[in-house]
Amino acid sequence: MDARVRRARRRTTRTAWVLRLVAIGYVLGLVALPVVSVVQHTFADGLAPVWDVLTSDDFLAALRLTAVVAGIATVLNTVFGVGMGVLLVRYRFWGRRFVSAVIDLPVSISPIVVGVALILVYGTYGWFGGALEDAGVRVIFSVPGMVLATVLVSLPLVLREVVPTLEEAGVEQEQAAQSLGASAWQRFWRVTLPTIRWALAYGVALSLARSLGEFGAVRVVSGSVAGESQTLTLYVNDSYQELGADAQRQAFAAAFVLMAIAVALIVVIAALRPKEERS
Amino acid sequence: MNDHATPQSSPEARSGIVVRGVHRSFGDFVALEDIDLEVKPGGLTALLGPSGGGKSTLLRIIAGLDYPDSGTVEIGGRDATFLPPQRRSVGFVFQHYAAFKHLTTARNVAFGLEIRKRPKAEVRDRVRELLELVHLEQFADRLPSQLSGGQRQRMALARALAVQPEVLLLDEPFGALDAKVRKELRDWLRRLHDEVHVTTLFVTHDQEEALEVADEIVVISQGRIEQVGSPAQLYDHPANEFVMSFLGPVTRLGGVLVRPHDIEVLTDERAGAVQVEVTKLLRVGHEVRVETRAQDGSTPWVQLTRAQVAELGLVAGGTVWLRPLVATPFPADSSRTPEPVPA
Repeated sequence: MDARVRRARRRTTRTAWVLRLVAIGYVLGLVALPVVSVVQHTFADGLAPVWDVLTSDDFLAALRLTAVVAGIATVLNTVFGVGMGVLLVRYRFWGRRFVSAVIDLPVSISPIVVGVALILVYGTYGWFGGALEDAGVRVIFSVPGMVLATVLVSLPLVLREVVPTLEEAGVEQEQAAQSLGASAWQRFWRVTLPTIRWALAYGVALSLARSLGEFGAVRVVSGSVAGESQTLTLYVNDSYQELGADAQRQAFAAAFVLMAIAVALIVVIAALRPKEERS
Repeated sequence: MNDHATPQSSPEARSGIVVRGVHRSFGDFVALEDIDLEVKPGGLTALLGPSGGGKSTLLRIIAGLDYPDSGTVEIGGRDATFLPPQRRSVGFVFQHYAAFKHLTTARNVAFGLEIRKRPKAEVRDRVRELLELVHLEQFADRLPSQLSGGQRQRMALARALAVQPEVLLLDEPFGALDAKVRKELRDWLRRLHDEVHVTTLFVTHDQEEALEVADEIVVISQGRIEQVGSPAQLYDHPANEFVMSFLGPVTRLGGVLVRPHDIEVLTDERAGAVQVEVTKLLRVGHEVRVETRAQDGSTPWVQLTRAQVAELGLVAGGTVWLRPLVATPFPADSSRTPEPVPA
């Protein structure tokens, strides 16, 4: 082949190489270095101290609470996201655009503000707080409050994944199912849900990742009592601010666990993404 | 000349469709105005008309995907006006297939049977039978995305037939396919209907499709039925100028609408002939389009074969006389008849 042709067809020019180096350097400095340093600090004294932390009562309590709070929040957001998605896409009603915009609000404002707002509504001196406490339901400084805070900060994540897929799919498949005799429930389970399944899985993974990592809003409404109302992120923060090598080790071990879960979720998300695009 | 929905067939209408006084408007736009229609049981009927004429709206009302403002729909002798689609015993085929993308061809076809909780063995046998009917047996395990448009539409048809509907409704079924596949599927639908005999009503804006496939054609325009009849009746005896010009090529000769292949070309003046000057000879495939200009300024054209052109010795610039071969079906001054055609 002609040398000129080869040169003209070559995609990697010198500029491309420079840009690549800059991109790699940027990502290494911002992401890889901190991650590596957390891993390094976690395992600085070998596996035994890490194992001690991971089997301690406080850590296990925090892990359990995180799982409960993030789990409930994700389930609620999934049900809400799918229901709201179908409502927003399939029906035209007064105030539809307004509702759609309001759903995005909690993720756009700072989590601290979300937490404070929750206290103003559900705290002892808030709008409903007093009445709820009289009825024996404690929201703030308790699990319900933490779930509420977590639900709010990850509210639209499932919804925003589901809506474009529902819009693209259109109503014809559902109408076809209907003319074949399917009831509303059968249409949902046999047609709508399978249509949005990859987008839904992606949204759930995103929502779960966000819920597990939530700190600000939960911090405000939880009170962060070790072994009681401390999630993993709070456990990391509180341990890190204590003095002493043990506390530091606790912080790093818990941070490592959070990171490992996040990496696992990223792998899941990355695996789901191309499937969704293909369909 | 036109058999506009004859009422005496209504008592024994087994699986026919009877539409009475159906009216539907969207805001100010009147999509259907006082529609009366009777679709014969076991027939293959075309709803033909220009886009936006209301034919799809009528089909959707019959399917239960839309409801009329007033009027009634009867399917197989039962009043179905307010029945939801799932209880109408209607098979619906969409222009864009509406295939269940997550299910294989076989599972798509099985859908209605699975909903009805039929025994597994029965479902399997019935699906195999239907896939053979639509010639998709070797594609049973493919997903819709792995099928061509024509194959997807055949799958959609098998899916609709699986539940043995009383009537089959097709909304522009071949509209999204390319010309060649379209023609194949037309012939195939005709043959399929000869085998299955289910009352079929299909919407099309393609007059050739309607003329070729249907036993009976219902011409709809601007929300009203213009004429109902067999393809031959409609072509040869159109009720008005709209139906005539919608069903085939037309040209105006001496103020009268004629088909360009029903014009006699004469080389000398005779009674009833119009003198014209040949302006252009246009070859289109096997035929020649002879464009002319009359003295009154009108430009009638005639459709001839190459042999005829050679025999007549036609050349551009020459003078000939044109005479309609058949009597015009309606008077020259009849513009579009506004009211329903008299029976």
